[in-house]
Amino acid sequence: MTDKALPETEPTHGGGTHLAPRRYFLFALPALLLMAAVIISPWLFTLVMSVMEFKVGGAINFVGLGNFTKLASDSRFLESVGRTFWFTVLAVVFPIGLGTAAAVVFHRQFPFRGLLRTIFIMPMMATPVAVALVWTMMFHPQLGVLNYLLSLIGLPPFAWVYDPNTVIITLVLVEVWHWTPLVMLIVLGGMAALPTDPYDSATIDGASDWQMFRFITLPLILPYIMVAVVIRTIDALKVFDTIFVITQGGPGTASETLNIFLYLQAFQFYNLGYASAVVMVFFVIIVALSLLLLYMRQRLKWNAA
Amino acid sequence: MSRIVDRPSRRFVVAGAAAGLAAPFLMRHEALGQSSFNWKRFDGTKLDVLLVKNPRSDLLQAHEKEFTALTGIQVSSEQIPEQQQRQKAMIEFTSGRPTFDVSMLALHVQKRLAAKGRWLEDLRPYLADASLTSPEFDYADFAEGAVGFGRQADGSVDTLPHFIDFWMVYYNKEMFQQKGITYPKTMDEMFAAAQKLNDPSKGVAGFVSRGLKNANIPVWTSWMLGQGMETVSATGQLQTDTPEAIWAGEMYKRMNREVAPPGTVGFNWNECQTTFMQGRAAMWLDGIGFATPLEDPTKSRIVGKVGYGVTPPGPKGHHSALFGDGLGISRTSTKKQAAWLYMQFMCNKGNQLAMLKAGAGSPGRSSALANPDAQVGSRFSKEYFECLAASGKIARAGLPQIIPVTEFRDVFGVGLTNTLSGADVATELRKATEAFKPVLEKSEQG
Repeated sequence: MTDKALPETEPTHGGGTHLAPRRYFLFALPALLLMAAVIISPWLFTLVMSVMEFKVGGAINFVGLGNFTKLASDSRFLESVGRTFWFTVLAVVFPIGLGTAAAVVFHRQFPFRGLLRTIFIMPMMATPVAVALVWTMMFHPQLGVLNYLLSLIGLPPFAWVYDPNTVIITLVLVEVWHWTPLVMLIVLGGMAALPTDPYDSATIDGASDWQMFRFITLPLILPYIMVAVVIRTIDALKVFDTIFVITQGGPGTASETLNIFLYLQAFQFYNLGYASAVVMVFFVIIVALSLLLLYMRQRLKWNAA
Repeated sequence: MSRIVDRPSRRFVVAGAAAGLAAPFLMRHEALGQSSFNWKRFDGTKLDVLLVKNPRSDLLQAHEKEFTALTGIQVSSEQIPEQQQRQKAMIEFTSGRPTFDVSMLALHVQKRLAAKGRWLEDLRPYLADASLTSPEFDYADFAEGAVGFGRQADGSVDTLPHFIDFWMVYYNKEMFQQKGITYPKTMDEMFAAAQKLNDPSKGVAGFVSRGLKNANIPVWTSWMLGQGMETVSATGQLQTDTPEAIWAGEMYKRMNREVAPPGTVGFNWNECQTTFMQGRAAMWLDGIGFATPLEDPTKSRIVGKVGYGVTPPGPKGHHSALFGDGLGISRTSTKKQAAWLYMQFMCNKGNQLAMLKAGAGSPGRSSALANPDAQVGSRFSKEYFECLAASGKIARAGLPQIIPVTEFRDVFGVGLTNTLSGADVATELRKATEAFKPVLEKSEQG
C-alpha cells in the first residue's frame, strides 16, 4: 500500500471505487480553509503589518525592516527580552524541581494521599487573574498577610513586588505556586506507567532509595519531565495576566516582559506596526525554543536510548 | 371619608404609598414638560451608549427609565472598565463606524485624539437650536473651568463636562490634632508636616501618593502646578526638564521616599486609598472622586476623621490638578438629535445634583455645587463641599493636552519611578524629555 503508487481508481470490496489521493484533498479542503482563515491569514497580516509604520488613527507607510532595526536599538525592548528569559528560566526550573519532588512523594502510599493530592492541585484550577488579585492583596507591604506572617517570626517586612530588585523573583513565586501542580500531575502520570522490574532487581541488589531514584526513576521519567518543561517554557514565555494584574510591568520597567511591552505598544500606544514586529520576533523566539525542547525530548525518549 | 381616615383599607394604603412614591417622578416630569419643548419628538428611537464602569455610570443607567418615560427613547447602555472603554472608543471611532451613539470620553486622556480623529459632533449648533435644546437646560450653568477643559483648540464643544475631578489632600484630622499640627499652607509646609506625622515604628506614614508608573504623573504635575507651570506649554513645548519640573520631581521624590510607606513605588490609587482608610497614612494626595469609601464604616477605620484640604500653594502658583469626563455624540451616528436629548437629560441640574449627593463625584454644573440640598443627608462633611468649591476655582489641567497622553504618562512615569529607587531627578527627567520629544513632534505632524 505504501510502496506502490495507487492507480487512478481501484476496485473496492463494495464494488465502488477509491478516490485517488489527490481527490482526498477535497475532503481536507474545509479544514484547510478554516486553518487559513483563523491561523495563517492573521499571521500573514501580522507579517505585513510588521513592515509598516501604522499607528491607529494615523497614516500607514511602508518602512521595510525599519521596525526591526528600531527594535534592535530599543533598549526597553532589549531589556524586556532579557527579563523574559530570566523570568522563564526561574518559572520553569522551580516548578519542575518542586513538581517532580511532589510527584515522587505522591507516588508513595500514605494516609490521606488522595485528599492531599487534591488539595495540592487546587491552585492550578484557579483563574490566573483571580490568583493575581489575591496575591496582590497578600503582597501589600503594610496590610498584606505575608508581611504579617513574617512579623510573627520576628522578620522585618519584605518589599515583594514593590521593589525593582525583588519583583521578578516574587512573580516567579506566584507562578511556582500556581503551576507546580501541573508538573506534578504530568510526572506522576509518567511514574504510574513505569515498569516495576528494575526496582525489583535493584532491591535484590541492595540499592538504596536514593540510588533507585537517581539511576532508575529519574532516567525513566525524564521524557515526562521534558514534556512538562516544554509546556512550562511556552507558558512562562507567554505569561501576561499575572504580571499585568500584579505590577503592570513595574516598578518602573522592572517586570516589563516582552508581553507587557507588546501590550503597551499595541493597546496603549496603538503602534500596531511596531507591535507586529515585536510579535514576529516573539514568534521566532517561541518556535526556536519549542523546536530545541522537542528535539531534546526526542533524544530522551526511552525507545531512543 | 372619615371611615377611610380612621380605618384605611389595605387597598387605600397601597394606592397611597404608590402615589407617594410616584409623586417625585410625576412632579419632575411635569417640571421638565412645563415648557413647550417637545421631548417626545424622537419617540421610538433606540440609542446605544458607551460608558465607563464607575458609580456615575450607575446613576446614568438608573435615570434611563425616567428618560424613556419622558421621551419615548429607548437606551441600551454598557459599562466597560476604564482602560478597555478607551481602547474600544479608540478602535471603533477610528473604524469610522462606532456601534454607539453616545460615548463617555476621558477629557484628560482622549480629548485631543477625539479632535484629531473628528470622533464627536460639535454641540454648538445643538445648543443654539431652541427646538433641540430645552429652555431648562441652562448650558451657562456649567462651570467655566469645566467648559474650558472640554473645549477643543478650534473652539468646538464636542462634549458636555459631565464629571470633574479635582486633586486635593485627604488628611487624618485625628493624627493632625494629636501632633498639634494644622493643615499646611504651602507645599514645603506639607513636607514638614508629613515628617512630623511620619512614624514608621507604628506603621504610620506621613504621606502617601501614587508611585506606580503612569498613575504617578498627576502627583508630579500637582507639585509642578505649584510652580505655576504645566508640563507642556500653550504653544506645545515640553517643559518637563525645566527647573520648575525638576523642583516638582524632587518634591515627588522626597514625599514618596522619605515620608511615605514602604512600597509606594508600586502603589496606584487603590493601594493609597487602602493605606489611608486603614489609618496608616496621615495625608493622601489624589482625586476627590475617591472619597466615598473613606466615609463608609464597613470599609474605613477613619470615618468622621477625614479632612478634605485644597492642594496647598507652591512657590509660584496655587492650583488644583483637573481631570474630567465628558459625554459626546458620535459624529457618524444617525440619531444625533435623539442623542442630544439623552445628553441634556443626563446632564440636567437634577441629575448632576443627584451625582453630588450620592458621592459619585463632582458634577460639571455650578448650581449643583452651590445647592445647599447637596449637603443634606450627605455622608460628607461641610469641609468636603468647601474643598470642592475652592478647588474648582483654582483648577488647571492635570495632564498635558496633547495627543500621545498615554506615552507621556508611560515615559515620564518610568523616569519618576526610577527616582524612587535613588536615581537623580534631573537626569531622569532630561532622559524622559529626550525620549518623548520625537513622539510628541510626530503626533502633531500626522
